[in-house]
Amino acid sequence: MTRTILGFILVALGLAALAFLPTQLGAYGVGLLLGMTGYVVLASAWALFSGPTRYVSLATVAFFGIGAYTVAVLSEALPYWAVLLVAAGIGLCVALVVGLATLRLAGVYFVIFTFGLAELIRQLVTWYEVNVTGTLGRYIFLPITAEQIYWQLLGLAAITIAIGWFISRSRLGLALKVIGDDETVAAHTGINIAGVKLALFAVSATIITLVGAIQAPRWTYVEPSIVFNPTISFLTLIMALLGGANRLWGPALGAIPLFLLFEWLSANFPNHYSIILGLLFIAIVFVVPRGVLAGAEDFWKRLRSNGEAA
Amino acid sequence: MTLYSRRTTLRAIGLAAALLAGAGSMAVIAQDTGDRTSVKIGYAISKTGANAGGAGITTLPNYQLWVHEVNGAGGLEMPDGSRLPIEVIEYDDRSASEEVVRAIERLATQDNVDFILPPWGTGFNLAAAPLFDRFGYPQLAVSAVTDKAPEFAARWSKSFWMLGGGHDYTEALADILTDQHEAGTINNDVAVISVADGFGIDLITAARQSFADAGINLVYDVTYPVGTTDFTPMLNEAAASGADTFVAFSYPPDTFALTQQAQVAAYNPKVLYMGVGVGFPVYAANNGDKIEGIMSLGGIDITNEAVMEYRARHTEFIGQAPDWWGSVITYNSLQMLEEAIKRRGLDREAVAEELSNGTFETVLGEVKLEDNQLRTLWFGGQWQDGNFVAVAPSDREGAVAPRLPKAPWPAQ
Amino acid sequence: MITTLITGLVLGGTYALVAMGLTLQYGISRIMNLAYGEILIFAAFAAFLLFSTLGINPILGLAIVLPLAFAFGYLIYGVMMQPLVARSKKSGTLEVDSILATFGLLFVIQGVMLVVFGSNYTSYNFLNTGINVLGTNIAANRLLAFALAVIIGATLFYVLTRTRWGTTIRAIAVNPDAAPLVGIDVNRTARFAFALGTMLAASGGVMISMYQTFNASMGVVFTMKALVIVIMGGLGNLMGALVAGLLLGIVETLVATHVDPGLTLAATYLLFLGVLLWKPSGLFGKAAGR
Repeated sequence: MTRTILGFILVALGLAALAFLPTQLGAYGVGLLLGMTGYVVLASAWALFSGPTRYVSLATVAFFGIGAYTVAVLSEALPYWAVLLVAAGIGLCVALVVGLATLRLAGVYFVIFTFGLAELIRQLVTWYEVNVTGTLGRYIFLPITAEQIYWQLLGLAAITIAIGWFISRSRLGLALKVIGDDETVAAHTGINIAGVKLALFAVSATIITLVGAIQAPRWTYVEPSIVFNPTISFLTLIMALLGGANRLWGPALGAIPLFLLFEWLSANFPNHYSIILGLLFIAIVFVVPRGVLAGAEDFWKRLRSNGEAA
Repeated sequence: MTLYSRRTTLRAIGLAAALLAGAGSMAVIAQDTGDRTSVKIGYAISKTGANAGGAGITTLPNYQLWVHEVNGAGGLEMPDGSRLPIEVIEYDDRSASEEVVRAIERLATQDNVDFILPPWGTGFNLAAAPLFDRFGYPQLAVSAVTDKAPEFAARWSKSFWMLGGGHDYTEALADILTDQHEAGTINNDVAVISVADGFGIDLITAARQSFADAGINLVYDVTYPVGTTDFTPMLNEAAASGADTFVAFSYPPDTFALTQQAQVAAYNPKVLYMGVGVGFPVYAANNGDKIEGIMSLGGIDITNEAVMEYRARHTEFIGQAPDWWGSVITYNSLQMLEEAIKRRGLDREAVAEELSNGTFETVLGEVKLEDNQLRTLWFGGQWQDGNFVAVAPSDREGAVAPRLPKAPWPAQ
Repeated sequence: MITTLITGLVLGGTYALVAMGLTLQYGISRIMNLAYGEILIFAAFAAFLLFSTLGINPILGLAIVLPLAFAFGYLIYGVMMQPLVARSKKSGTLEVDSILATFGLLFVIQGVMLVVFGSNYTSYNFLNTGINVLGTNIAANRLLAFALAVIIGATLFYVLTRTRWGTTIRAIAVNPDAAPLVGIDVNRTARFAFALGTMLAASGGVMISMYQTFNASMGVVFTMKALVIVIMGGLGNLMGALVAGLLLGIVETLVATHVDPGLTLAATYLLFLGVLLWKPSGLFGKAAGR
């Protein structure tokens, strides 16, 4: 137990250090931190649902976009905190409706369904804006600095990881492990599979919606093709899988290096960015197939067993 | 928590800290001191992703051409007559607005560039505008058509808007249509389709107003989603509407498809006006003589020798001709920047002021901005004998009379 | 109404043509190939190059492009996918692994195309003449794509249902674990199906290059459209892909004509989501769920 407390203290210290970091960095450094933290939250939230259930979701950008768009629509009408609440509420409702509808889908059907969902929402928003409001782009003029966005995201990251930690320790976590391994067994043990999945999906989607809402003031101009950019879904997925979606810190550990790598590549190899990135992905699949964390664990185990043998 | 996962956790934190420290140290790069040997100019442009097609025609080739020419002449001229070569820092924004924002922050605070050239597209220029403003860089936004340009120029004092607003183009079109109607060439009905994206929406919104003001009937008015490939249903409906004029506020792939499909459907409106892409070199190359009489935004005064010479240089260096609308404006904006630097040096505040108030001799002739906006633009053009010539505004020197009605497609 | 139906069918022909290769790859080789659209675009560029520099018309160009595509698919499966398949026998992670690996492949091919062909929109005109079909003018090149889709669909359907080899393939699609028990070399068949799928992607690319503008970044659009159709038709079900593709074309044209062109894509996804909820394994799928 003392070890757990020690862990908490360490995490708290780490958070404090991270929160302090912007004062030491220039605007670019803050922007980098902000983007990185954004993806840490996205990947962690994605893994909350997709890690244990093994449902690969591409709906990330649907919720991200809903969050950003809500801010764009309501930023003039409501105080900022109320806008965030509304955004989270909308994300939650959509997630519940979608979750109820998709519970019976599995495997690749779910993957494509979630992708279709993101595109459907984008098309409907576009159609509504064009035909009902008569404009497409919206402007967000909120006096929120990059530092403030970063702190909000950092807070959200802490909450997300705390939720993940809490779930992994609770009875729910055990239930999830069983679902991931074998749904039939899970059903026989009396676990309410549908309820657990729905709850997780809703929590994960709400957090993702909040990321979109918090990041929106970064861009002055918002339009559907900007906030519903499917690349966000793919990047989130890749980051979480790289780190290991079943580990608490896995998604974060996937997001940080990948994000920095993208940045470095696009700065230094703008013409060959795609090729290098693609080759790296392929290399990742072959070298660390179960995510960096699991790979590191295997390596560690091997080291130790070698040491004991010697 | 088991012993095992705590280890993992601790290691994870350690790794995270190391990475962050790495990121931090990257941020603290010494500013360049001593005598400068170059002028750093940076830009973020969509080299990949959805916007690459547009950026690769109107914006990037002109940046490359300009840098090539300036450095070929020994570099940018300073007020004291010395020359400093341009050092380019280029990023790919991957057609994502978050990347644009970060790339510009990086250029301004990390690379400490002297000037930043704007990204491609209305949305990205708007996303970038507050940053240009905050870091004190002048922004010569070319590939951004927006009716809010006056508002933006007032909000961000160092932003310059070079391509007009939607209503400029639609009013010019309405004028042409009214003239032709009065001359008895066409009826007073117009069928319009528009792409459901920034450009299309801006123009159709303006067009509804302009057409209503001019007393033109909008008999068919629909929008279609980005990525539509089959326009046959819309062309059929437009033909059935009986309008003599067909207008499409379209993106390049749509424009190309519409041109082909209108031929197949043997749809022959007397006025055929389409959006982005009509002025692209590939459009003329693919469609040969069939482009005769097709109208669009932009246009070139082909009697202007400087412009025609620029087109030849562009074709030679890039390997393809520039488009007939935005390219020359982009090049013009770079010449203005070059001249402003020559007059005022590398002080961005002074350069912005010079851009705002100065008069410049560029490829377009004598140019002076009004309220930070370029207003001496061609708002309508038509393909005539292999050139996309300017027809509107008709009272401006160099304008050619439109040849209407457009001849039917050649028999197949 | 007839005009709408014919236009819709022809549009659907293109969709079906694009989707059939993917259904082979996913249904039989179990590879969720996210780089599918990139291969298609690459073939479109190849057809364009052959046409514009050597003057070889795209239909003859097929004879050059298709064997190359087949060889490429065969190679990619052997080098990249085989190790993943072998590995997944133990871990059962083929789905995620193939998504990641082909996602990487997508970037590589796209990057190569950007370097080689640049980012500009490309298009050329070939066979863009109207042909009168029951009173409706249809572009000859689209009609050709439609005919090719129907021919390929019918041929493969015949092969799959009437030949021994076809039975083998279907056996793998239904139950890859049991197939070796009856003496089927799963690996070889999967590799062949993957290469065949790549070839179909290339044929779609060549056809599309005749009437559609493309650029190096557009592949993912085709991948997604194809995925939607494949899922709707039922995984690995060629007939399903053909019918779902045609259906989608008709629905889009109907919506564009009678409802609002602005809602065509929304209608596509709505139809797709509806089918998925109503019959999770696709219109023609038999197995429930996974």
